[in-house]
Amino acid sequence: VTASDLTRDAGTRAPATASSPIQAAEAETAGITRGRLVLRRFVRNRLALAGLIVLVLLYLLSATSPLFAPWAYDEYDYTAFLQGPSLSHWFGTSQIGEDVFAQSMRGLQKSLTIGLLTAAISIVIASVVGASAGYFGGWVDRGLMWIVDLLLVLPSFLIIAVISPALRGSNWILFVLLLALFAWMITARILRGMTLTLREREFVKAARFMGAPPGKIIRRHILPNMASLMIIDVTITVGATILLETGLSYFGFGVQPPDVSLGTLIRDGSASSLSTPWLFLFSGALLVISVLAVNFIGDGLRDAIDPQSRSGRRRKRKAEDR
Amino acid sequence: MARFLARRLVNYIALCLVATFLAFSLAALTFDPVGRLMERNPPPPQSVIDAKRAELRLDEPIPARFVGWLGGVVQGDFGKTTVNTSVSEELPRRIGVSLRLFLIGTVVGIAIGVVVGVAGAIRQYKFSDYLTTVGSFVILSTPVFLLGLLLKYLALEINTSAGAQLIVFTGETTPGFRGGFGAALVDRIQHLILPTLTIALGQIAYYSRYQRSAMLDVLGSDFLRTAQAKGLTRRKALFKHGLRTALVPMATLFAFGFGLLITGGTFTERIFGWFGMGDWLVYGIQQDDINITATVTLFVAVLVLVSGWLSDVFYALLDPRVRLR
Repeated sequence: VTASDLTRDAGTRAPATASSPIQAAEAETAGITRGRLVLRRFVRNRLALAGLIVLVLLYLLSATSPLFAPWAYDEYDYTAFLQGPSLSHWFGTSQIGEDVFAQSMRGLQKSLTIGLLTAAISIVIASVVGASAGYFGGWVDRGLMWIVDLLLVLPSFLIIAVISPALRGSNWILFVLLLALFAWMITARILRGMTLTLREREFVKAARFMGAPPGKIIRRHILPNMASLMIIDVTITVGATILLETGLSYFGFGVQPPDVSLGTLIRDGSASSLSTPWLFLFSGALLVISVLAVNFIGDGLRDAIDPQSRSGRRRKRKAEDR
Repeated sequence: MARFLARRLVNYIALCLVATFLAFSLAALTFDPVGRLMERNPPPPQSVIDAKRAELRLDEPIPARFVGWLGGVVQGDFGKTTVNTSVSEELPRRIGVSLRLFLIGTVVGIAIGVVVGVAGAIRQYKFSDYLTTVGSFVILSTPVFLLGLLLKYLALEINTSAGAQLIVFTGETTPGFRGGFGAALVDRIQHLILPTLTIALGQIAYYSRYQRSAMLDVLGSDFLRTAQAKGLTRRKALFKHGLRTALVPMATLFAFGFGLLITGGTFTERIFGWFGMGDWLVYGIQQDDINITATVTLFVAVLVLVSGWLSDVFYALLDPRVRLR
């Protein structure tokens, strides 16, 4: 009898004997990989799915808008200064005749890109630091966690704002690196805690006794087992980064001209007067909608990956209430 | 408990110093305080620039400058700004403005946040629960500067439709205000409404989410059922046994919430023209002023650590197990 025989046997037998709730639950998920299960749970969550669709649509819209929008971001309409929304200028125009729609799309694209890139870089730093600190322990652990504590004392907004004069006139990629440099600490702490327990598990011990080098153990055995948490954390970081980036840009400490982000647009739009609300309301709405969408995706992912999580239990209670 | 709290305090003071040193060094590395002077037209003579450099101690190593600055701070002297005014003279006024905003905002935020969270948990899946949940999600997704702007815009509309200046959104008092105590109080409150609301809304949204889920966990617990089985009314069981337990995790959150508040406070002060510490930080960075930046950083670090320490104290008060450690 081979191993595959055994599993196939179990798979076919489960539905037939589904008499207790536990077996029924097994039957529901029999023959489905974990990935598919997570996907199914995620798609069932209407808010999360809506968030994902909205986010993808917003990104596509911002990327393709030059193809169909009547005005480009660097065009000036000298016949329409400070006009409200119209058929030609969907979001209105600014004091110098710029089209607010084109500007908003450009800012939206930059803000979303910065959020996604930062989250991607920060998860790499967090997993390396967290897994090494947890796996090696000792002075590596103490040193790394001391750095984490130190960076957590100061709000990252303050540190980046202090460094920002060095950014004047430089590339926005540098700004992304800076954001990522101060976004990984909490995730690293959580991953370290998980590594501490994973390190004592049998499969990790087995790998170690077989002589696998630490780097390989971390890469092949520890990180894959924390993947679900890392995915959730990426979404949280995306949302938090977009808020931080727009805030910094609002003060001029973030994205530098000629680049624009939603933050700089809102600042420019609200600088002179509040009686021309289209200058900042549209960028503001786009900003809130994107962050809201990201947050819904994060919540949905958490429920899909970890059924024991808060709202998972909530749904169970709801079922009991009926 | 005293030893536990004392150990935490020592740890916090050390972190405070290192954090301030970090900010001081970063500012010293990236700022260019004489840059503005050199850009003057006609350019000032080299001797003036050298004198300024010597005065600001720009040519000494950064640790030496930090120690010199810290030595002054211990004696109550926070150094001079780049335009030669004393940092120490302006400091108390700025701290007063910021703390007033922070404290009122926090107290209002925590009080309403806890009430909203508990109400949401008790009336789960009722209309009011959905309303507060959606509301806090939207507020948590809105940056503070946008929230402030929207409130300002709303106030403008209200003022226009009322035909009077009901809500004021620049400054903390009317400049050159003359009047009795009652009129002065009304004037202050008119100025206070919007900034406090901006700060408090975020705090309410943040705390109520956690309070709701903490309360939900407690609502399903055995000890609450036992308390009711012993004959306590539901109301008494909820508030005497339930709420106390549900408040424990909130004590830890308080420290994080305060960090959030400080960043938010910077925007709020800036938008509503309050000359507090956050406003000063933005000014300091824009003017390449190292002393102002270091002073504000020290203030922020002290605030974060005091709130961290306070949350330790609350934790120890609420959870007897911590006290025994």
